[in-house]
Amino acid sequence: MGLARPRDYTLSHLGVLEAEALHIFREVAAEFERPTLLFSGGKDSIVMLHLACKAFAPAGLPFPLLHVDTGHNFDEVLEYRDRIGALAGVRLYVAAVQDYIDDGRLTERADGTRNPLQTVPLLAAIRSHRFDAVFGGGRRDEEKARAKERVFSLRDEFGQWDPRRQRPELWHLYNGRHRVGEHVRVFPLSNWTELDVWSYIEQERIEVPSIYFSHTREVFLRDGMWLAPGAWGGPRAGERVESRTVRYRTVGDMSCTASIDSRAATVAEVIAEIASSRLTERGSSRADDRMSEAAMEDRKREGYF
Amino acid sequence: MTPATGLHQEKPEKAECFAPHPPETADLLRLATAGSVDDGKSTLVGRLLHDLKAVMPDQLAAVERASRDRGLASADLALLTDGLRAEREQGITIDVAYRYFASPGRRFILADTPGHVQYTRNMVTGASTARLAAILIDARHGVVEQTRRHLAIAALLRVPHMVFLVNKMDLVGFDEDVFAGIATELRGHARRLGVEAVSAIPISALRGDNVVECSDSMDWYQGPTLLEHLERIPVADDPSNEPARFPVQYVIRSAEHDYRGYAGQLVSGVLRTGDKVVVLPSDQRSTIAGIDVGGTAADTAFAPQSVVVRLKDDIDVGRGDLIASTASAPATTRDVSATVCHLADRPLRVGDRVLLRHTTRTVKAIVTEIVHRLDITTLQTCPHPRELRANDIARLLLRTSAPIVADDYAVNRHSGAFLLVDEPTGDTLTAGMIGRSLGEIGSAL
Repeated sequence: MGLARPRDYTLSHLGVLEAEALHIFREVAAEFERPTLLFSGGKDSIVMLHLACKAFAPAGLPFPLLHVDTGHNFDEVLEYRDRIGALAGVRLYVAAVQDYIDDGRLTERADGTRNPLQTVPLLAAIRSHRFDAVFGGGRRDEEKARAKERVFSLRDEFGQWDPRRQRPELWHLYNGRHRVGEHVRVFPLSNWTELDVWSYIEQERIEVPSIYFSHTREVFLRDGMWLAPGAWGGPRAGERVESRTVRYRTVGDMSCTASIDSRAATVAEVIAEIASSRLTERGSSRADDRMSEAAMEDRKREGYF
Repeated sequence: MTPATGLHQEKPEKAECFAPHPPETADLLRLATAGSVDDGKSTLVGRLLHDLKAVMPDQLAAVERASRDRGLASADLALLTDGLRAEREQGITIDVAYRYFASPGRRFILADTPGHVQYTRNMVTGASTARLAAILIDARHGVVEQTRRHLAIAALLRVPHMVFLVNKMDLVGFDEDVFAGIATELRGHARRLGVEAVSAIPISALRGDNVVECSDSMDWYQGPTLLEHLERIPVADDPSNEPARFPVQYVIRSAEHDYRGYAGQLVSGVLRTGDKVVVLPSDQRSTIAGIDVGGTAADTAFAPQSVVVRLKDDIDVGRGDLIASTASAPATTRDVSATVCHLADRPLRVGDRVLLRHTTRTVKAIVTEIVHRLDITTLQTCPHPRELRANDIARLLLRTSAPIVADDYAVNRHSGAFLLVDEPTGDTLTAGMIGRSLGEIGSAL
């Protein structure tokens, strides 16, 4: 060491966020019996999976993945999910909304959106697999109600989130103790922003589904959003389909995930676009958050992410 | 509603946004805000987010709508941050909220903590991870009881940097003497608590003076704006000046790779391949055979990296152990003397059996003595109170069922901190800081 220049022991902000996320994954693996990682095939869950693999290398993942499939997913995302699921050392469970509609446990909504229907299969999967910790890709910068979310978020036996029952989180001491029947949602990306996620994808050269990049697609306009036609319920009479050059900022149920006009075809171009963007990620492409000022808060209480 | 038009179709508004920064050069500063309900703290946070373009038009539109619904003439920036329905109904902020904003070259995580008396615990929570505390003062009222409480909490939590924001300068005619009087008084209070690194900035959060933009109404002030100040604070201490502390989180084994390594996050210092280390509390000695960072071999690791350490000797190491350099090993003890902040509604009494969570180690503990409660505002002590209630600050003695490996909190904010947890419910009860405290609090405790 004496010959080398003095080292600069500083971590970039991505280095700090990565170190924090790895710490969180390992805490859960050590403190819980049966964790699982919620995997949607979207960029946040892909980054989570990448971090989890790093946290336990060279050993494999000590927990399975769980995908709650609304049945209205983009093909590109399902293809990506299945490829990941086929990787050695990764187990993937799928909980399908369609199964619940088919046997009458859930009813299709008039507007065709299945996002709110995900809660029931998710909680049933948590119960049947006896998962006691569930990793989610939620970030505090996404929405006002999430700004108060803990890294370790306690849910009662009904999966409900009570803002007044959340435990104070101090230093880097995460308290995951819970009673039988309760579980803990864990958010390793709590302190990341959308830009951080993309910068990390660039830095680590992580592959993400192609719909995040500019492509030509048939879309139609509803409630000010460009939605993709599909069996989920669009277009209706009077809704005109047109071909546009678009990409997706978020990936979710097709009924409420809108594309944005974009020519960003590479990760670097996506980063430049986001950095100069004038609309929040959810505001621009998630119809389900526009329902009311307290929409997210209400759904979190019910056990949604 | 207008269609969501393509982003590239929007007219680029010059200086409206920050270009993305190469990730390898941006760093991260964590700060906490404190201020009374009426000091304008939510407005300040809203102002920071707004002026740093961390607020998008759709968020701003929502705030304008909500402001109109309340019959307000202009957008209330405080509404950007008051997220939960209960708060909107009561017009107060409950709980800690985290906000994210950036300037060129630096990212910020802001712990936004409520200021009224019953939420002392929230400020303790927010301050626990902060490098800087920003404390708001209403220029019309000067230093009040609340201010002294916020200062004492930040001092107790050993937040390395403090800045006082004398707000609402527009309501005192931007008077230099008002600001100077408050700043002098604040420095006196800070000195009594043994806090030296303090600054004071005159601002108007409502108008934006000296937050991100320079004020054109206070030519007499030559110092930095709040943002300039935030950009100058060093984001971390130099790990090479600290003793190495590596709490083992998890043992990684891979038969396939014939691998056994100890995973954890370095809380302080530097570790190198070849270093002589001691594993505590078992006091076994070994040498670092190798370090892996994210699956790649490295010669060196430094705080706050999460790494895997491999040892030369086949010794028994597991979660809860601490790997330290033999040159500066910490003390091992079963008698813990600490300053605590009680967080839970359930009181804490002498004789209570709890779990003590320290680094990656959890041990049973019993409360042997509540030495005294401290009035955080007057710094007066009340000896041997019957019990501790939520938001109480006190000096406590505990006896643990097994040794813990601890530093003084004054020396190390990670290896000197602990939580008390209720075993049946798992609830977090109390936050603790090991060892003596500081300044006048120190002599009182």
